[in-house]
Amino acid sequence: MNETPHLSPQEIVDLYKTEFGTGIQDARITERGEGVRKTKGYNVWIRVDRALLKPAIKKLIDMRFPHLAVIAGNDLGTEIELLYIFSVFYGTKFGEYMVTIGIRLPKTDLTVPTITDLIPGALISEREKQEFFGITVTGIPDGRRLFIPDEFPQGVYPWRKDETGIKPEMVRELWAIGRPKDRPAPPVPEKKPLQEESAAEGKKEKTGGAPE
Amino acid sequence: MNGDSGKKSTPYTIPIGPVHPALKEPVMFTFQMEGEVVKSVDFAPGNAHRGIEWMGMRRNPVQIVHLTDRICGICGIVHSLSFARAVEQIAEIEVPPRADYIRTILHELERMQSHLLWAGVAAHELGFDSLFYLSWRVREQSMDLIENLTGNRVNYGIIQVGGVRRDISDDQRPVIEQGLAYYRGLFDQMKAVFLDDSIIRSRCRDHGVLSYRDAQLLCAVGPTARASGVAFDVRHDYPYCAYGDLDVHTVLPPQEFGGPKGDVYDRIIVRLLEIAQSIDIIQQCLDNMPTGEILWEKKIPKLLSVLKKAHGEAIGRVEAPRGECMHYVRMDGNDAPATWKVKASTYSNLMSWIPMLKGEQLADIPIIVASIDPCMSCTDRVTVIRNGSAADLTKEDLTRLSREKTRRLLQC
Repeated sequence: MNETPHLSPQEIVDLYKTEFGTGIQDARITERGEGVRKTKGYNVWIRVDRALLKPAIKKLIDMRFPHLAVIAGNDLGTEIELLYIFSVFYGTKFGEYMVTIGIRLPKTDLTVPTITDLIPGALISEREKQEFFGITVTGIPDGRRLFIPDEFPQGVYPWRKDETGIKPEMVRELWAIGRPKDRPAPPVPEKKPLQEESAAEGKKEKTGGAPE
Repeated sequence: MNGDSGKKSTPYTIPIGPVHPALKEPVMFTFQMEGEVVKSVDFAPGNAHRGIEWMGMRRNPVQIVHLTDRICGICGIVHSLSFARAVEQIAEIEVPPRADYIRTILHELERMQSHLLWAGVAAHELGFDSLFYLSWRVREQSMDLIENLTGNRVNYGIIQVGGVRRDISDDQRPVIEQGLAYYRGLFDQMKAVFLDDSIIRSRCRDHGVLSYRDAQLLCAVGPTARASGVAFDVRHDYPYCAYGDLDVHTVLPPQEFGGPKGDVYDRIIVRLLEIAQSIDIIQQCLDNMPTGEILWEKKIPKLLSVLKKAHGEAIGRVEAPRGECMHYVRMDGNDAPATWKVKASTYSNLMSWIPMLKGEQLADIPIIVASIDPCMSCTDRVTVIRNGSAADLTKEDLTRLSREKTRRLLQC
């Protein structure tokens, strides 16, 4: 693989701007220094048109093989934003940058091509995005659910903030449910509530009939 | 268990998992076997998915810091540190340098206890129980130090957005120095019992190989990647906390052991060398420790009112004992963050199991699965299906198979 020399964060942004022109919606650099010397670490954020996702990642790979940390996602209301978070130039002393490539998908067309042909390790993250955001990754070699169990209802996507997200009736508050009844007794007796016995009994009846 | 469990021809399907009574993070494995040889591997994580990110998106950052403590039972610092660093970047909070140094000291102590815990687990999987007890005995010193500094053995509760919650007093310095003195010279002993042992070498050398290219393509992190020769260590590459001030190098398997081969043995070497490195880093921190405040803002309501106004997105990233740990946070002026994505190190290392396990023997599965240090928890219940009749193998049976292999080698 041809490796380009080490570039500064600004050079990476310039490279993308000359290559993709108006396809770059937004590009910015953030920096952060900690400790006594405040040695700077840099993050590059590039938002591109959705059609440019794979060319933009290909560009990164041609530069130096990047490490894909994760694909993160934001529910922005009418759109889902996917952020492909990479780091490049690892192995150089304080010379590694995070490069985040973001695309937006309208909720009417939540499809994105797989990048596992470029980076096979992206599979885990793509499977996770399918089940948590309800997007469709076209060409994914293995589209099964990853973390969510098979009996979890279809069409519910935990990280969505709209009507397809977790419904209030699916949430069970631990404080309201109390201790499961089918378990062995705890080694130390549980604290008695401050109310009268009868009041405690009444409360138990109310919460004891929780679903499942 | 599976649809093809009744078939009477190779490859046989062997499910392993998903629960294990001793360790956490259950994972379900399905192996296709031809005789003793693994032909293909499939795994299904998620048995311990608690929806922590969902919970976090309904809580304020100070509450989430305490939630992050509970993501992992071993890595109590890395998640809270990653999350706090992300929030600090969004709200432009300057962490006092002394807090950065205290964070670094605890970060390294955690690495020491985690690697020693792993060394014990690895010894146990190979059938060396004395070594398992020895490793966990020496681990106690680092646990005692962590308890002394934070007040807790697990769920430390030391990180706060903007700094740390407890200072290191002058009285505690000699305690840390004593602890470090205890661990100096430990590497030579660990090298003698682990690396110079001919049985461990024959069980681990050239087993569970992950090539340099595969480590890159499958996004491996931490000691798993470094054992394959990928120089990828956040502490060295991307300055955070006190690491920008310190002399830190990336540990790769050295030439004296034959250079990086990417096998189980190399993963042992990398972890043992990193324990020695952590002692050095803590000593550097103690020598250069700045004075001053440890928190950006002591009053929680004041901190929260600043965080409530914060807009933006950031990535908090640290090198956990198992590799890169990363949190993406997006805040939009509400109490709770709009997005919180946690990427733990094992998340990146899962895919590496597939090339590692292919072509290996049934008895080598425990040590290879454990070699990426996945908070390994999967070899509990195995059903071997041969000629249509099922026989249950327990975790004990699988460990016994592994041990018998060691005994066979001992007799040769």
